[in-house]
Amino acid sequence: MANFIQLVFAGLALGCIYALVALGFTIIFKASEVINFAQGEFLLVGAYVASAAFLDWHLNFFVAVLLAIIITVLVALAFERLALRRMIGRPVFTIVMITIGLDVILSTGVVVIWPQGNRSPATPFQIQSGINYGGVHFGANDLWTIAITILVCAALYVFFRYTRYGLAMRATALDQEAALAMGINIRVVYALAWGIAAAIATIGGIFLAISETTFDAGLGGIALVAFPAIILGGLDSIPGAVVGGIVIGLTEEMTQAYANLGVNFYTIAPYILMILVLLVRPYGLFGTRKVERV
Amino acid sequence: MSASAPVATHEPPGQAAAPRGLLRSSRSRALIVAGLIVLGLVFLFGGDEWLSILDFTLIAAIAALSLNVLTGYAGQISLGITFFMGLGAYTAAWLGGNPPSAPGDPVGLGLSFLIWLPAAGIVAALAGALIGPTALRLKGFYLAIVTLALVFIGQYLFLNLRGITGGPQGRSFPAPGFGDFTFASPDPIFGFQFTTNQLYFVLLVIVLVVSAVFIANVMRSRAGRAFQAVRDNEVGAAIMGVNLFEAKMGAFILSSFLAGIAGALWASYPGFAAPNTWSLVLSIQFVAAILIGGVASVWGSILGAAFVFALPLVLEMILPQLQSASSVGLSSGNVSTIVYGALIIVFLLFEPAGVIGLIRRGQILLRRFDDRRKGGKSATVLASSESESQLDVESSKL
Repeated sequence: MANFIQLVFAGLALGCIYALVALGFTIIFKASEVINFAQGEFLLVGAYVASAAFLDWHLNFFVAVLLAIIITVLVALAFERLALRRMIGRPVFTIVMITIGLDVILSTGVVVIWPQGNRSPATPFQIQSGINYGGVHFGANDLWTIAITILVCAALYVFFRYTRYGLAMRATALDQEAALAMGINIRVVYALAWGIAAAIATIGGIFLAISETTFDAGLGGIALVAFPAIILGGLDSIPGAVVGGIVIGLTEEMTQAYANLGVNFYTIAPYILMILVLLVRPYGLFGTRKVERV
Repeated sequence: MSASAPVATHEPPGQAAAPRGLLRSSRSRALIVAGLIVLGLVFLFGGDEWLSILDFTLIAAIAALSLNVLTGYAGQISLGITFFMGLGAYTAAWLGGNPPSAPGDPVGLGLSFLIWLPAAGIVAALAGALIGPTALRLKGFYLAIVTLALVFIGQYLFLNLRGITGGPQGRSFPAPGFGDFTFASPDPIFGFQFTTNQLYFVLLVIVLVVSAVFIANVMRSRAGRAFQAVRDNEVGAAIMGVNLFEAKMGAFILSSFLAGIAGALWASYPGFAAPNTWSLVLSIQFVAAILIGGVASVWGSILGAAFVFALPLVLEMILPQLQSASSVGLSSGNVSTIVYGALIIVFLLFEPAGVIGLIRRGQILLRRFDDRRKGGKSATVLASSESESQLDVESSKL
């Protein structure tokens, strides 16, 4: 039983990281109907900058995190301003391809700037520390991951529910033309979406890096595992992204522990789950159904 | 290239009645002759370094063509092409590979290349026919992500089916050959000693030309027009009497068939592939190839493959002086990757119709030039209809 609870806990913590990645995807998708394939590299940039600021430049941990968020957000905003804004109205998949171009540049650029290979993550506490209760080890980093994810979700809820720009973003997601007619500045909405997504990605990246003792430029690959999470929840649903992330995290931990189906089965279990869900609900669990009749 | 080459754009209705022929104008004949001469020169004097880049690009062009059938012409976005390439490759290895010499070796029946190459396509097409009905229920990004899942499921299968794939260490793949003659270590033909790269070059040019002409003609047929109608407007196509399911399945199966053949060649050329050869990154490179080259265009597939697959290699070759400075991480490999990423962005920003769009613009200029020389009026009409078809490509859903 203790073993099972341990797995559930690990699955929750992993699921929270997936949820943070998936949230970034969903926020950008809702604002501009684009899937940002460079989302994983935002995690990577965030983790590298935080690590460099904390370990190489000896900054305070929280200053390092803040710096990482600022730099990642600047990269995202620059990309949004210089490339994506010119692409408004173009075919969606062409825009997606441009984000793949950014992905290639960022993942290689990070290696060019920090060529040493494996790096230690920025962390304010001992990675092994934590609480033992009833034979279950609650790692400090996992507890922090869960707590911060809840905090991020709460902040997003407040932002979308109660602020002027949150309302503007929701209106744009609902109907872009109507939002324009109401005087909403769509450019600000796009920039906000990219900024928020990059900030959340940085937080996710820092926690993802902490979950192991070292990390390298392959960190961004996690974004691919978050795809089942966003599809499972429905591409355009923010609660769906969180639920999807946690379901995928749990699935991965459980199949890794219990399913005996050959090498690496746990890596494809989330995808199989996703396909099964799509068979029943082609727009995900919480996604908006598009009605089309002939 | 030339206006009368088999570029299968969906032409405006006026022109559709009289499709341009393959060898109509003197300029296109001259271009084809020039092309043959260039190919001949490369074949004779290319040297192994350039020929291997070229061979590699030709295989990539076949794969890009297969993806363009599904994504470019029929509008179904797929990230799963490497799954079908992998299926084709392992079919080829199973049928054509050497029989196992030690107990742990992967299987191989040692059959002829004339059997394993078509079989690679057929098995991939069958897999496409099996998966199609489920996958094609989905649209847009949902389809893209499910095909992305296929890549990971494929890698898992290839990793675990050790008897066929050799597991994580990978396995060797057969080289084409006839009887005792094999591409891997060729005997002299009529007293001429050809290299492996030269032989592959000839084979690949033949396979690519046959597939390109075939695809170009399919796209001018009833089936091909149905694909394009589905892409442009599904509901509209259904109203006009296009069977959506048949059209999508047709495109999916045709695309899988070509992908299987490309996969068999992709593994056969280096003679080795491991499960992680068939990765998502490779899939994305093919999507990049058709978007950069030109969506729904045969020439676009070929030029895009050259851009995405040959350019980094060429850059790496001509940037050797950076190798010494690799201590700061700025190796020529990294530089060529960054340039490649930047070019994707720049190209899509400034030339949305891809390389083929640039060429069409060139053609329009050429026509205007002709026109001015002849003093006729007809060519301006032609030129405007040409830019119309270019607009069509841009406004399609991709």
